[in-house]
Amino acid sequence: MKNTLRRVFSYARPYIGYFVLTILFAAMGVSLSLAVPVFIGEAVDCCIGRGDVDFENLKKIAAALALIVVSSTLFQWLMSLCTNKLAFLTVRDLRADIFNKLERVPLRYIDRHSKGELTSRVINDIEIVSDGLLQGFTQFFSGVITILGTLIFMMTINVKIALVVVFMTPLSFIAASRITKATHSSYMQQSKLRGDMVALAEEMAGNQKLVKAFVYDERAIERFDRINSEYGRVGAKATFYSSMTNPTTRFVNGLIYAAVGLLGSLGAIGYTSFVGAMSVGKLSSFLAYANQYTKPFNEISGVFAELQNAVASAQRIFDVLDEEEVSDDTDKEVLTGCRGDLSFRNVYFSYNPKIKLIQDFTLDVKAGERVAIVGPTGCGKSTIINLLLRFYDIDSGDIIVSGKNISDVTRDSLRSSFGMVLQETWVFTGTVAENIAYGAPDASREQIIEAAKSVYAHGFIKRLPQGYDTVISEDSGLSQGQKQLICIARIMLMDPPMLILDEATSSIDLRTEQRVQKAFAKLMEGRTSFVIAHRLSTIKNSDTILVMKDGNIIEQGDHNELMDKGGFYSELYNSQFAT
Amino acid sequence: MKRLLVYLKNYKKELVFGPFFKLLEAIFELIVPMVMARIIDKGIGNNDSGYIFRMSLIIVLLGVCGLGFALTCQYLAAKCAYGFGTELRGALYRHINKLSYSDIDKVGTSSLVNRLTNDTNIVQNGVNMSIRLAVRAPFLVIGAAAMAVMIDVELSLIFFVVAPLISAIIFLIMRKTVPMYKKTQKKLDRASMLTRESLEGTRVIRAFSRQQEEIDEFGEAVNEISDCSIAVGKISAILNPAAFMIMNLGIVAIIWFGGIRIDSGRLTQGELTAFTNYMTQILLALVVLANMIVLLTKTFASANRVSEVFELTPEVCGSSTPESEGTGNMIEFSNVSFAYDTAGDHSVKGLSFTLKKGEMLGIIGGTGSGKSTVAALIPCFYRVTDGQVSVNGVNVSDWDQDELRRRIGYVPQKAVLFSGTVRDNMKWRKNNASDDDIISALKIAQAWDFVSAKPDVLDTVVSQGGKNFSGGQKQRLSIARALVGKPDILILDDSTSALDYATDLALRKALRSELSDTTVIMISQRTTSIKDADKIIVMDDGEAVGIGKHDELLEKCNVYHEIYVSQMNEKGGDRQ
Repeated sequence: MKNTLRRVFSYARPYIGYFVLTILFAAMGVSLSLAVPVFIGEAVDCCIGRGDVDFENLKKIAAALALIVVSSTLFQWLMSLCTNKLAFLTVRDLRADIFNKLERVPLRYIDRHSKGELTSRVINDIEIVSDGLLQGFTQFFSGVITILGTLIFMMTINVKIALVVVFMTPLSFIAASRITKATHSSYMQQSKLRGDMVALAEEMAGNQKLVKAFVYDERAIERFDRINSEYGRVGAKATFYSSMTNPTTRFVNGLIYAAVGLLGSLGAIGYTSFVGAMSVGKLSSFLAYANQYTKPFNEISGVFAELQNAVASAQRIFDVLDEEEVSDDTDKEVLTGCRGDLSFRNVYFSYNPKIKLIQDFTLDVKAGERVAIVGPTGCGKSTIINLLLRFYDIDSGDIIVSGKNISDVTRDSLRSSFGMVLQETWVFTGTVAENIAYGAPDASREQIIEAAKSVYAHGFIKRLPQGYDTVISEDSGLSQGQKQLICIARIMLMDPPMLILDEATSSIDLRTEQRVQKAFAKLMEGRTSFVIAHRLSTIKNSDTILVMKDGNIIEQGDHNELMDKGGFYSELYNSQFAT
Repeated sequence: MKRLLVYLKNYKKELVFGPFFKLLEAIFELIVPMVMARIIDKGIGNNDSGYIFRMSLIIVLLGVCGLGFALTCQYLAAKCAYGFGTELRGALYRHINKLSYSDIDKVGTSSLVNRLTNDTNIVQNGVNMSIRLAVRAPFLVIGAAAMAVMIDVELSLIFFVVAPLISAIIFLIMRKTVPMYKKTQKKLDRASMLTRESLEGTRVIRAFSRQQEEIDEFGEAVNEISDCSIAVGKISAILNPAAFMIMNLGIVAIIWFGGIRIDSGRLTQGELTAFTNYMTQILLALVVLANMIVLLTKTFASANRVSEVFELTPEVCGSSTPESEGTGNMIEFSNVSFAYDTAGDHSVKGLSFTLKKGEMLGIIGGTGSGKSTVAALIPCFYRVTDGQVSVNGVNVSDWDQDELRRRIGYVPQKAVLFSGTVRDNMKWRKNNASDDDIISALKIAQAWDFVSAKPDVLDTVVSQGGKNFSGGQKQRLSIARALVGKPDILILDDSTSALDYATDLALRKALRSELSDTTVIMISQRTTSIKDADKIIVMDDGEAVGIGKHDELLEKCNVYHEIYVSQMNEKGGDRQ
């Protein structure tokens, strides 16, 4: 926890000026505001009774009071401004850093984590850190100053009564911590039930159509009711317990107030020598302090609860920031003039050391050849892509592209010699033209249109409301096939020597699908290509077919060779014609 | 709004007594400064220590009573709010379950989930805080002012300047900052969207070596967030100091004018102290009130969103439960047209066909051609705009909807599994299904192989969204789920797309041999999947451009021919 805090504050270091100013302004603003009751007390002492008012003094005090109030206001305002800057600028850097990190971690990391969860770290966790740690810190700080200041002022008025107040302080703490402890377990229970309820609601109401189709509603309602009533019961309890804190501390405050009033008054009439002399004005400033004395305690205990939350969030952020990055390769050779031939030599690879996947895989591909990768669903066909583009590094062996070992060249130059179209198409929020020019940002409009035309995408783009300037996004209503055409145009514009293509299985309407097929064929002309194939036409005409099952490459060869062999491939192939 | 108040009716007692006790506490709190003023004026003035002791005891007693009242109120508030919230959620969820598909489309499922969880919680919290604060805070303001008036009418005029002034400042700042907070939230949403896009597209981004551009764009977005936040912070930072200043300047005025009035004997020293005390109380109460207003605005917004759902009236449902007949048509469409509420155009136009028990119907066509819509009309998910859909000779809208759907097994396009065990998931159609029922369904759906290979077999835990199964496995489980208890009608809405050829074929064979009495409707994009159907409907833009058997359609229907040829070409060569 200490380390986490230290790291968060290390992000605030560039803004240390704001930090110092915050503390300075807080100290000045708070101590000035604490002086107010003293002056009010003195003013009250100027007004003893009828005909006994010291106007000369009162005028001075009122003027001084006005000055103090105005300057304290100014400092409080400045303090808020500095806190804001400190918090928001720090958080900005932290957020930029974690995003930066996510672009540099190995893909293995991103594949293993849910995207929603990672996004939540970048967005929500950082908000919590901002609220809890940075703003909480200033609250904590001004709270401490208020308490200390109040004590000092009370001491200067009357040491003995001040000591009585100090001895009564733990009452408030004990009460608050008792309540917090009692609340904690029911709070945990409540938040667990709430989580369960949200999960159930998401599953059931989120799939409401299925619930209705299966006439599952009665059972769903029953399940919901069970959690709901339990949540209501526990929630009422937790809320009641936690709402006890305020009245209880208010009560303790009232006790302190009464004690101060009693002792002060007794002192004022000289009833007991314990208190010492006391004027009515001093008593009234003392009462003012006693009135607000416990408030910062409440605030500070609130800050502590938030702080725990914030530290947990900060820890989740630092977990990401501590991830290993992909190795630096800026001093490696840049792959240029790639011819399009490549080979795998005795390659071994597995995602998990315990489960062996690719073993001793060797393959030579000449420039312009076509390699098809086939196999049942979920057989790990995308592994080859991961290795070729170095999203994952092989365990041993070599992959040679154009005579260069891919681990000896920069990742960027390796990747730019491949064009890739995945089944899960990816378009980002931006215009169609921007999407097509993603790999070649300097392309002219003519080149973009040319590329779109050559892959049969021009027709539908033209019909979009603003043509090439239409803003599209993942869910802007383009069909899967249309998105795929845009992705293919993107590659066409880049003109890479090698291709990796993932054919779509379904969910494309027939006519667009035919267009996508033609676009693929066009793209593959004269390029070395790896195709994750579902179509027999692609498979049969390939120079090499890799048959994969359960992550392993189990057969390799051309169509005729594999058919002659009579293995898994021939079985798979024949199954299409059986009826 | 009124619809929601109904759920408060069981908590009338709490609603009355909660604020009442809070009021008592506030009254007691207001009395304390008065008592203290007495101590100063009478106790100190007359040197009466007995009086001071008695009055101090009264302050403590007032505190004890105050504590008792406050706790009673908090208890009543929590009980009322959570009781109300629980009833509201329960009722809302029941209501959601009665909504028709078109109503669900209108609201959207994710929004429904949000309203059911978040919004009801906010309303519940709003009720809780209203009971606790809605009476107390204004009462403290008014009460403090009233006490001031009772002490000294003229001097209390200062209150009537200060209180509205502070209120005005709170109001002005809130009016300025609320839209700015919304704007900041939008910027934050954008950063969130960028993050998600970047994570989802991470392979593409790296393949194109565009990491730096992504980082730069995100950097710009976070700069905007911090600029926005700092701008709104600048304004909201004024609130507390300004209120502090006005209040304390008010106290300066009270002291000055109070001094004058004490000099002329119209005010006592103790009363002056009480006056300044009330001033502080007003400030605190006003700040609470401001927070209260923010809270209530949010509560009303959420309450409205919840009300909107209640305002969707469930459709009236028939009550017929006809017995299956062996001879007649199982399914009959006569001149059916349908348009979604949200769309202008018809999705299905003038469709007529009949299907006998045990027959298989194939529906083929492109995306958006209306295939799925046709299937959705059979379980009466949507009501036809024109014409009639009958099952067992009875109009589907006259059927008891639950009974109708119990006879249909439905496999959606997107395979969704629910958290629980495989067995739990398999019991969706039939709650009392035996293990044998389940296993035989799994076998037909070609899912038994991988389920039986798991160590826990039917007790294998399915994580939320079925993440621990592959796409093809999920699809097969989703098919098996619809088969449990052998439905009269089975609808497969393009639900075999993730299956490889061999599995797809085995599934079709098993369906034919094991469920020979079941009428099957198979929607597909592939001619191979449907070519053996007893009847095939070719959909194009909402219209049936061909109905018949495979061979007939090949001859007569251009669209079907086109589809078939394009798909056969791929596997062509070998056969010719």
